[in-house]
Formats: sequence, structure tokens, C-alpha cells
Amino acid sequence: MNKTAVSTKDYTHVKKAPFITITKRDATSLKRNILVRVIAIIAALVVSSVITLLITGENPIRLFSTVIDGAFGQFRIWGTAQSVAMLLGIALALTPAFKMKFWNTGGEGQVLIGALASALVMMTASSLPHWLACILVVLAGICAGAIWGIIPAVFKAYWKTNETLFTLMMNYVAIQLIKFFLKVADKSGSSTVGPSLLQYGRLPVIFEQQYMLNIIVVAVLTAMMYIYLRTSKHGYEIAVVGESENTAKYIGINVKKVIIRTMALSGALCGLIGVLLVGATSYSIDPNLAAGNGFTAIMVSWLAKFNPIIMIFTTLLIVVLSRGAENVSMTLGLNKSFSDILTGIILFFIIGCEFFINYKIHFNIAKKESKEVEFNGNN
Amino acid sequence: MAIIEQIVELIVRAIMQGTPLLFGSTGEILTEKSGNLNLGIPGIMYIGAISGVIGGFFYQNSTSKVITVLAIIIPLLSSLAGSLLASLIYGFLTITLRANQNVTGLALTTFGVGLGNFFGGSLIKITNSDTPFLALSKISAAYRTTLPFANNLGIFGQLFFSYGFMVYLAVVIALAVSFILKRTRIGLQLRAVGESPATADAAGINVNKYKYFATCIGGMIAGLGGLYYILDYSKGIWANDAFGDRGWLAIAIVIFAIWRPNISILGSYLFGGLYILFNYVSVSMNLLPLMQMLPYVVTIIVLVIVSMRKKRENQPPASLGTNYFREER
Repeated sequence: MNKTAVSTKDYTHVKKAPFITITKRDATSLKRNILVRVIAIIAALVVSSVITLLITGENPIRLFSTVIDGAFGQFRIWGTAQSVAMLLGIALALTPAFKMKFWNTGGEGQVLIGALASALVMMTASSLPHWLACILVVLAGICAGAIWGIIPAVFKAYWKTNETLFTLMMNYVAIQLIKFFLKVADKSGSSTVGPSLLQYGRLPVIFEQQYMLNIIVVAVLTAMMYIYLRTSKHGYEIAVVGESENTAKYIGINVKKVIIRTMALSGALCGLIGVLLVGATSYSIDPNLAAGNGFTAIMVSWLAKFNPIIMIFTTLLIVVLSRGAENVSMTLGLNKSFSDILTGIILFFIIGCEFFINYKIHFNIAKKESKEVEFNGNN
Repeated sequence: MAIIEQIVELIVRAIMQGTPLLFGSTGEILTEKSGNLNLGIPGIMYIGAISGVIGGFFYQNSTSKVITVLAIIIPLLSSLAGSLLASLIYGFLTITLRANQNVTGLALTTFGVGLGNFFGGSLIKITNSDTPFLALSKISAAYRTTLPFANNLGIFGQLFFSYGFMVYLAVVIALAVSFILKRTRIGLQLRAVGESPATADAAGINVNKYKYFATCIGGMIAGLGGLYYILDYSKGIWANDAFGDRGWLAIAIVIFAIWRPNISILGSYLFGGLYILFNYVSVSMNLLPLMQMLPYVVTIIVLVIVSMRKKRENQPPASLGTNYFREER
């Protein structure tokens, strides 16, 4: 016994094992999954309240009540619901592409181009009956979004053009096209084209609640996307292409077709959100219509591990935090960029915590010492 | 003669517009060569700018007599420190914790732009001024010092010597990075890490160390772009959101320059020129957005052509956007 103890000691002199080794976990329990995330969110909230405290000297309890009030206060709850619906809608739209490992960073542009197409119809469809104009508004937006998605997909499928960078650039093309539209459509030089010009084919208001249509559409979309990805043949093909293109080829999946079809769907759904933003919400268009949600949605979808049901919660988390932080900066008289800082910090924590879900950390020295103690004990 | 003067002015202004883009794209190229697609660069450039402004602000307010050397060094160092910290956030999350690069980068951009605008806004409040911007005129004067003989050399002097030192610094850094990547052992190993981290690892290269250094140094270089924009180009005036989408344009130039900092010099000045060309060409204001769209369209075309021609030396680093985990080989 004594001999073995000595020999292990000798080996440690020859070759030092690294202090920390990291291995991938096979599967993680749901409990652990939730626990790590909850800890991360709490840690993020602690850090952000400490920072707010340092900057403002405000009592943290009051801070959190301001956050809650900002998201769920009497006059703000519908606004929160609308924000959730729009962000969730875009996240859902991006999800099939992400599952295919196609990094569609062009959600913003696809939403905007959809909105632009609907706005064009809403401006010009004066002679059509209202129902037909409505259909045209929706179709135009969906088609425009789909085209914006198909363009990078075709190049990715045939020439492996880097899709992250391609779709990213397409955002700015869309933004400039909208700026161009504003200059041409509105001679007054205003920075938005407002309700006075976008008169025709406005989508109907349901239950006398401005945002109800959006919320219902996105709710249906969530359920359909869940079913589509889980149970349909398309969903299966997307998952296989995402895991390994070679495997997909071997089992006879037409990879090019899947890439293009999925991006058409992704772009079309983004376009649909654009339609809702212009045709059912504000009846106006400007380059900031999507308000960066095309980018935020990437994080929302990724945080939910591309699961549409979990996405409801991640969207809620982001929206509540950012609207809450907005309220904090408003009541404390801070500049509204403060909410971006808090959102950023919280995202860093949630992004970082994935590591502790997926990987296991071993501290080697602690183990070795305990082993030696064991040997000595036996002796 | 008037035409020549206009052309010279256009070139000079294009170079000044292009310099922040050059810093940004050089930094991003260095980062991407290690396989890290840092979409946080726009945020880092904001952080670099505001850190420099904060440093300059406190220095300018602390003394009555501003010494030129300190006026340059203090904002420079605080800018570098700020961008270093921001890059470390990105590096820690993506390299050590292996988080998704796109998501981390976008979060960093949200954070950085917010940080810049927040502290910019707060400094404006501290000064109690009525204007919605902050002016660091004395600091800026130091940054805008040109060579004394620049004015005596006519057009030649105007074209080559009429800039603050950071314009030359940008070119020097770009050439240096280009040289290091292409001609040195460190550059070779860095490129190996970006192309195939597993191979590099097997060859005994410390992959994580290279990734960290490339990300941090790249971020610091990019941050200087923000600093230049505020302290030199806009004469020390910080206004919220003034930096605009230049960070994304810098990422576009990386593609345009097919991952080569020396081509990026030309690309940055070209894009800078496109940014302000409308001042010199008589087109109706309506077409202005279409002209500002050009850099992005050109970038897309370059991206497509490069991927179609499949020349191996023009491709993006093969492992771009993916993290390396030794145990997963």
C-alpha cells in the first residue's frame, strides 16, 4: 500500500496533470438546467443593482419595484404584451434557420423589407376594395421578407458564401432602402412616413384592442412552429442538416433545397412581423421600426435552445428587463441608454451560464490530495 | 483649378472618414484570423471612444494648463484600457466559457453602445451645458496637431501631411498587422489557429492564448477608431449616437479587404469616400440613401465573388465563428 502511494507521488513529479480539466456533460437534468439559469439571473440582477446603486444611490428594493411597475404597471401591460409578441415573432422566424446552423443575422432587414413592401401597398392601393388591399398588404410583406431570406440562402447553398456576414449586410441595404422610400414618399422631409400616407389596407382591429391581432398571430405562430420543428418531415430535415450536412446527403436529403426553403420560411415570417408592425400597429414606417429586435431575437432564440415554448419565457425575461430598466432610468432621470447597459450585463450572465450547464469542471489537486489521505489512512 | 481643389478636398475628407473604419477593420481582421467573429466590434469602438473621452474630460477639467503630451497620452491609455476590458468580456465568454460568438458579440454591441451613450449623456449633464453635446476642445487640439510644414507644401502637403497623428498611426498599425500575419512565425501560428485549431493544437500551439491575444489586441486597435472619431474627426465633440453604424461598416470592410489589413487601407478610404461623396456630386438629396447603400452592396458582391472563385488564400478563416474544445475533436 505504501509503495503505491509513493509511486503516484513520483508520477506527479514527472508529469503534472492540469489543475482544471473540463469535460462535456452527456445530458443534464432539468433540475440542474433550471437551477444554473436561475442562479445566473439572480447574479446578474445583483450585479446590475449594485451598479445602479453606485451610480444613483437608490435603494435596491425600490429599484426592483420600479422594474416590475415598468413592465406590468397599469398602463404599460399592453405595451409589454406587444413588445413580447413582436420580439417573440422575430425569434420564432429565425429559429428554423438557426436549427439548421444557418446564422441568420438579417432578421432586422427581413422585417424592415417586409414592412416596406406593405407600406408601398398601403400607400397606393386606393382603388381596391378593403379586403383585397388587406390581403395584398400581407402578401407583399411576406414575399419581400422571403426574397430577402432567399438571396443569401441561394449563395450559401451553392457557393458556401458566409451567411452571417451576408445577412448582416442585407440589414443595412434594407435600412437605406427605407430611407430612400421616406425621401421619395414624403416630400416634407420628415423622418417617418406616417398614418396620413398609409391609408389603405390597414389590418382589422380585433376586440377593440390595438395589439390583439399581433398577439393572436404570434401565439398561433408559436404553436405552429413548435409542431413544425417537432413533428413535420421538414423539421426533421432541418435538424439533420444542422447536425451534419454529410449525414443529410447520405440519407438522401437535398441539402440545397432544405437551406433555401428554410430561409424562405424564416424570411417570410420576419416579413410577416414587418406587416404587423406597419399594417396593424403604427401605420407608419421609419428605419428604426424594428428597434433592433432583429438582433435581440437572435439572443432570445439561442437562449431558448431553439425551443419555441421556452422562447416565450426568454422573450418575457428580456422584454420585462428592458422595459423595467427603461422605467428605472426614466424615474431616476437617467439617460435611457442605461437600460441597454443593464440588458447587456444580464445577457452576459445568461450567455456565460450555459458553460456550467454543458460542461463539468474537475479540480485535480483536490482529488489527488484526498486519494493520498486515503492511502495514508489505510496504512 | 477649382475641380482639382475639390478632388483634393474629397480625398482628404475620405481619408479622415476612412480612418475610424481602418482601425475597426484592422482590429477585426486580427480577431477573425484567430477564428473569432467578433460582432461586438461596434460596441467596442463606442467603449474605446467613451473611455478616451472620460479620460480626457477629467484631465481637461483637472488642470488649467493642458500639456500636449499628457492630453494625448491620457485619453489614449484610458481608451486602450476600456477596449481591453470590453474585449476581455468577449474573450472570456467565447474562449474560456465557449459561448456562441454571434450571440456574445451582439450582446457586447448592445452593452457597448449603451455604455457610450449613457456615460456620454452623464458627462453632458455634469457640465451643465445647454447643448446636447460635450466638447473637449483643448484635448482635441492636441490630437489635431499637424506637422508644422504641412501648410507650405500646397496640394502635396494637404494630401499627405494635413492630418493628426492618429491617421498615420492607423496606417502604420494596418501595415504592421499585415506584416505580422504574413511574414512572421507568430502570424503563421495565429493563422493556423484560425484555420484549424485542432491541427494547431496538435502542433503544440497554445490555441487559447493566441485567441485571447488576437481578440484583445484586435479590440484595442478597433477602440482607437472610436477615439479618433471623437477627438480628431469631430473636434472633440461627443454627441450620443454620432458614431452611427461605422462599426458595422468596419466589419464590411474586413470582407471587402479579403482579410488583409493592407488592402483594408484602400478599402477604408474608399468606403469613407462613399460615405461623404454626396457632398461633392450633384445628385438630388433623394438619392442620398442609395449612395450610402453602396458600401454594403459592394461588400456583398465581394463576399459572393470570393466564395465563387474559391481561391484558397481569399477565403475567410476556416474555423471562423466556431469555438474550439480540445475534447471534442
